Formats: sequence, structure tokens, C-alpha cells
Amino acid sequence: MSQNAARTETMVLNMGPHHPSTHGVLRLILELDGEVVVKATPDIGYLHTGIEKTAESLNYTGAISLWDRVDYLAPLSNNLGFVLAVEKLLDIANIPPRAQCLRVLLVELQRIASHLVWLGTQAIDIGAVSVFLYCFREREQIIDIFEMVSGARMMTSYIRVGGLAQDIPEGFEKKVRDFIRTFPKRIDEYETLLTQNQIWRDRTVGIGKLSAEEAIDLGVTGPILRGSGLNWDIRKSHPYSSYEQFEFEVPLGQNGDVYDRYLCRIREMRESLKIVEQALNRLPKGPVIIDDRKIVPPPREELATSMEAVIHHFKIYTEGFKPPVGEVYVSIEGPRGELGFFVVSDGSAQPYRVRVRPPSFINLQALPRMLQGRLLADVVACIASIDIVLGEVDR
Amino acid sequence: MPEDYLPILIYFLIAVGFALAGIATSHLLSFLFVRRRAAKDKLIPYESGMLPQGPARRRFHVQFYLVAVLFILFDIEIVFLFPWAVVFRELQILGLIEMGLFILVLFLGLIYVWKKGALEWE
Amino acid sequence: MELLSPLVPILIIVIKSGVAIFALVTAFAYAVWIERRVMARMQSRIGPNRAGPFGLLQPLADAVKVLLKEEIIPQDAKVPIYLLAPAVSLVPALLSFAVVPIGPEIEILGQKITLYLADLNVGVLYVFALASVGVYGIVLAGWSSGSKYSFLGALRSSAQMLSYELPLGLSVVGALMLAGTLSLVQLVEAQKNAWFILLQPLGFLIFIVSAVAEVNRAPFDLPEAETELVAGYHTEYTSIKWAFFYMAEYINMIVVSSIAVTLFFGGWQGPFFPPAVWYFLKVAAFIFLFIWLRATLPRLRYDRLMQFGWKILLPLSLVNIIATAAIMVWQG
Repeated sequence: MSQNAARTETMVLNMGPHHPSTHGVLRLILELDGEVVVKATPDIGYLHTGIEKTAESLNYTGAISLWDRVDYLAPLSNNLGFVLAVEKLLDIANIPPRAQCLRVLLVELQRIASHLVWLGTQAIDIGAVSVFLYCFREREQIIDIFEMVSGARMMTSYIRVGGLAQDIPEGFEKKVRDFIRTFPKRIDEYETLLTQNQIWRDRTVGIGKLSAEEAIDLGVTGPILRGSGLNWDIRKSHPYSSYEQFEFEVPLGQNGDVYDRYLCRIREMRESLKIVEQALNRLPKGPVIIDDRKIVPPPREELATSMEAVIHHFKIYTEGFKPPVGEVYVSIEGPRGELGFFVVSDGSAQPYRVRVRPPSFINLQALPRMLQGRLLADVVACIASIDIVLGEVDR
Repeated sequence: MPEDYLPILIYFLIAVGFALAGIATSHLLSFLFVRRRAAKDKLIPYESGMLPQGPARRRFHVQFYLVAVLFILFDIEIVFLFPWAVVFRELQILGLIEMGLFILVLFLGLIYVWKKGALEWE
Repeated sequence: MELLSPLVPILIIVIKSGVAIFALVTAFAYAVWIERRVMARMQSRIGPNRAGPFGLLQPLADAVKVLLKEEIIPQDAKVPIYLLAPAVSLVPALLSFAVVPIGPEIEILGQKITLYLADLNVGVLYVFALASVGVYGIVLAGWSSGSKYSFLGALRSSAQMLSYELPLGLSVVGALMLAGTLSLVQLVEAQKNAWFILLQPLGFLIFIVSAVAEVNRAPFDLPEAETELVAGYHTEYTSIKWAFFYMAEYINMIVVSSIAVTLFFGGWQGPFFPPAVWYFLKVAAFIFLFIWLRATLPRLRYDRLMQFGWKILLPLSLVNIIATAAIMVWQG
């Protein structure tokens, strides 16, 4: 027997794209020695839909609906990111305060909804089945709110260039207040089931560690970066959409393991709830969209009386608006991290190029680092802790 | 008392009959009623939707052998313990001392195995 | 009639065997139904409620569905073993029920009938022996399927079941010492005055933890940890063969609950109700416990699971034996 034969041979195992815990269609090529991961190689592209290219053939308003589909767990955040970029391109600075406040409110609700899906899937991947269903029960409440304002449960396209698609309906405040009232108790419930649970801690503490330096080197953002102890939140560092007026904390971890990311996101949900409450309390009166007929279609009732309004309406819906030649990059703090939009305009009504900086695509880079030398069971815990959305990874 | 085992034997035969009949019936029903789409790809072993790389049956980690060997050692201990437990009331203090020594030796064995790292999975 | 009389006992055994298998399969079907309903309640869902009142016919619908599934034999399978593995898994599960006493003797048509199939003087040993045989079904299934996920699941499963059989076997020794017998029928009778749970609390605790692991239930359901190994050793199985593994798991759960009831909770004994009802209630309580655990706890990681069995439960159960023996000697 040669020396080589005395070693255990490694086994190459395909995990995904058709696997229950790869959060969609991520494929991981795992090289296993027993159950220990020697090497993990993510293989992406199974959900590639060419969304960025599609955007080049739509006008700016039409393109908004594409970003709902990029990150289907946080459509409103994506709407906001793109709209902010276009607004910067158009040099619109006077977004009505009501619209800004509502944008913050909705995006924070969206963050909670997205984190709920993350918590549910993280829990079910580690085997706590019930938490998954509890999370979806609460997410349902948020989705109902979105349905109320936009008519769509997931693909909202509610945030438009210049403001919002329409004002919030009656009963909105009550619904949000109900949610604010009940939700803290629900988070406590999740925490009772998980935070001090010995099995949960066993599965998460010290797993998938990422030091602060490694996190920076890999370009990781969002709760993963903050879980490693780095205070970086675009809402604080480059406030947008009136975030500077809100009081909230940025939760930080210390060890950069799955458990710290879990704690960060749980606390982020509580902070987001605070923001939602503040936004609701101070919600200013007034219009929800700017009054620029070259960009925003005229109100419906004017169409019957004003020829000019009809022409504007026709122009906007057939052709769209034409931003000046230029290129902008705007990033916001999405639920998963820095969500950036790079928009290039050639002066026509369609964007020349839109490039998304999807947080989970870049965060996914950290996965092989996290998995090195870990057990097969930790693979699912690590994938879940990155909170990938494959729609966003592949676009 | 071999006759005690007669019911077990009969029960065993019926149970085996039940299991085999179940498998046979299902194959028959599947043959008769299920529309089959012959497709070669359907018979490829599941590996998350990709073609399997390399054989599935292969050498595995030595730890599994260790578990098996340790199991046999300790299982024999149990086999010794059961009859001892049954007659323990008659043996009294003598039984306690004898079995105490026996268990002590095995306990030391367990500690040895433990310290040697045979119970670690890394 | 005189000529036939020697055949009557055999006929009774055949009938009892048939009834036992039928009862176990029915119990399996309704254990699944109860699990789905109870878990649904715990998870603020409704659960199956379409087929029949309260979804009571759901098991029947599932059975028909499973029977009419296409049989698929993967190309890399070792066919005879692949076909037989489900039976190897199911038969020991069915067999181990033979020594469980549901109640004392009753009389039907002038015949004295015992509510168990056999009263073996090595009853407990018999159950553990069959539990070991059950591991073969799983190993063979995983190995013969020719899929890596099955293979890994089978390896995990066999190692886990072997590891937890030790504390499981050792934890009952205390009860056996108190009763001075291995026969399950006599074990029930020995608990006339005090259930052994009162005298063997530690033994019971070790028993129930190991039992959950032995029957691969959450939080120890690693062999079929679906988020890691898809469906574990039965990934490649379809139709009734898949159902047999499922059946074996639930029947094992019922048997293990029965053993827990018999060894620690006085078996069928109890006031007011008939014995069989007491037995049934106690087993149902255990099954509820299994379901409750599954709805509450996350899954252990494999290495922790093995270490828990070897480093904590095994020494503890040895300590329990010595302590029991010392106390028994001290009290005379």
C-alpha cells in the first residue's frame, strides 16, 4: 500500500442547484473528507434572467418594475435604490417630505420582512421548523400592508421617480400600528425559542467566522460586516431619503460568526421597528410626489379639463422622460447590505446601462472562506447566514 | 423454553410475508396502473440535479469504523450486565463489588479512548 | 373438533399476529395524522383537514397515493438489496412489538388470550437485539441506492444508532435490577406498588433521550436531516418502499414508547380504566412528547450528537447502574 492509499479519499459532492437548503438555485461543489469540507466552490448563474440588459430597452419608469424581481425578498428597497439614482441623474432634490418619510417607513418594513424570511430559513436549515412558520405569519402582516398601499403583495413598484405612485389609503396607519404593537412580542418569542437554546448556540456560535479584516477584503457589507464588529451602515454614513432625522442604533457583533449575525439581524428588526414608529408619528401632510409634469404624469382629474395635461400624460407614457447625459452611482443600505445602482444615461428615454451592486452576490464571496474545514452540517448554517437571494446574485 | 419462541416464529413469517407482499403489490400496481415515461435520466442517482461525479460507494472516514468497534466492546458489556441485573438481589454485596470492578475497568477504557481522541469528530 | 384442538393455539397466534400487524400499521397511519395535526396547531397552521372529518381519512388517501407511485430503481442500485432493504427495516420494527404487554390475560370464547404475542424470559434483550437488526435496513438502503446522499445518510444513521444503543441498553439495567427479570410481562407486575420512574429518574431520562436518538426523531433526526442530506438513506426510494422506511420509523417510535411505558410507567396498570386503555393513553402521551420535541427544537450537529452519546450519556448510565446497585445493597 502506498502512503497515498492510507489517506481517506475526498468525495466531491454537488450541493444544489436542486437541494432543499441552497436558498434557490445556488450550486456548491463540495470536496469532503468524511464530513469535513476541504474546499467549497460556489457555482452561480442558474437563475440568470438578464434583468440588467432588459432595463436598457425599457424607459426609466418601466425599469422600476424590474428591480422588484432582482431581490424578490426586498422589492421596495430595490425600487428605492434605483429611483434615488434616477433622481440624482435628473437632479431632483425637492422630494416632498411626506414621500420621503413614507419611503423610509416602507423600506424599514421591507427590511423587517426580509429579515423574517432570513430568520425563518436560517431556523429551518438548522432544524427549528416552527420558527419558520411563525416568521412567515408575521411577514404576512407586512405583505398585507404592502398590498394595501400598492395593490401588489411582492412586486410593488410603489416608489416612483419623484415620490410615490400614490398616497397611502385609509386604514394604513391602524394596520401599521397593529404591527408595531404586536411585533416586539413576536421577536421575544423567536428569541425564547432560539437565542439561549443550547442546541441553537451549538450550531451557530463560532461557525462561519469572518474577521473584520477578512470581511473588508472580501467586500462584504450589511449584517455580515456588522456581525464582524465593523460599524458601517449607509443609513448613518451617507444618509439618504431623510434618514438623518431618525434615531436608531446600528447593532454590532463581535466574533463575526453565524450567531453574531443572527443577533445583529434580530436587533436590526427591533431598530427598524423603532424607525417605522418614528416615521408614523411624524408623517407630514402634503403631496407624495413632485409637481414636475415633464417627469410625473398629471393627476387623473386634470385629464378631462386640460389639453396640456393630456399631452404630458401621453408623452410620459409613450416615451418617458429623458435625463441629461451622465452617470451616477447611488447606494442604499438594503436588508442584505450595500445595494448600489450605477445608471448611465445617453440622453435618451432608456438607460444606456444599469449595473446593480447586489449585496448578496458580493457577500457570497465570503462563503468558501467561511466553510473551509467546517462540517457538512455547518454548510447550511453558513449559507443561510449570508442571506443570499439568488435572483439578486444572478440577475 | 423453545416453545416460547413459536409465536415469534409465526409472527416473523407473517411479518416477512406482509413486507414482501407490500413490495410486490406496489410493483404490480406500478406496472399495471402507473403511466411510465421511460427516460434514462430518471434513473440517475440524485445529486442535486447535476450528474454525479465519481462513484457513490467509496471508502469512508475511519471514525465510523471506530464507532463500530467501540460499540461491539460496550455492547458485550451490556450483555454481561443484563443477567447480572436479573440476579442482583441474590448476589447482594458480592455482586456489587464484582460488577463494580467490571464497570470500573470499562469506565477506565472509555476514559482511555476519550483521551486518545477517538471520540472526536474533526 | 378433538382432532383440531392442538391447532387452536396456533390459530390464535396467527390471528394475534395479523391483528398486531394491522394494529401497528393503523397506529402508524394515525400517528402520522396526529403528528401532522398537532404540529400544525403548534405552528399556527391547520394541517390536513380535507379528507374526511378532521382529515381522518388522510392516511388512507396517502396510502393509495403511495401505492400508485411509479417504482424507480436507480441505475447504480444493487437491485436485490435495494428491493429488500425496506423489508429489512420494517420487519424488526414489527417484530419487536411481539413482547410488549398491552394488558393482562382476557377471556374470549372460553379461550384465555394474552394481550401480547410472547412472554420471553429475555424480553428486553430481544427488543434490543431487534433494534440492532433494524440498523441493517438503513445501512443496506443507503449503500445499495448508489447515491452519495443516501450513502452519507446511512453512515451517519448507523453510527448514530449504534452509539445510542449503548446508553439505551444501560439505562434500563437499573429497572431490571429492581424487577429481577427480563420479561416485560413480569416487569409490569413488578411495578404494582411504585412505577420505576420514581425509583429510576436518571435511568428514565437517559432512556428517553437515547430513545429519541435511536428512532431518529428530532432533534436527533440527522440521518434524514433534509436540509443537509436531502432525505438521507431513503433519498432514492419511491412508492411503498419509501413508505416502509417511514412506517419502520413510526413503529419504532411506538415500540420505544411502549418500552418506556412498560419499564418506567407501570405498563398497562392504572385505576378506573381498563388496562389496554391505560397502555394506549400512556403511549399516546409519549408520542405527543416526540411531536412536541420536533416542533420546538433545532437539530443537533452530527459531531455534537456523537459526543453527547459517548461522553455524557454513556458514563452517566454507568454511574446510574452503580448507584442503583449500591443503594439496593445498602437497603438490603
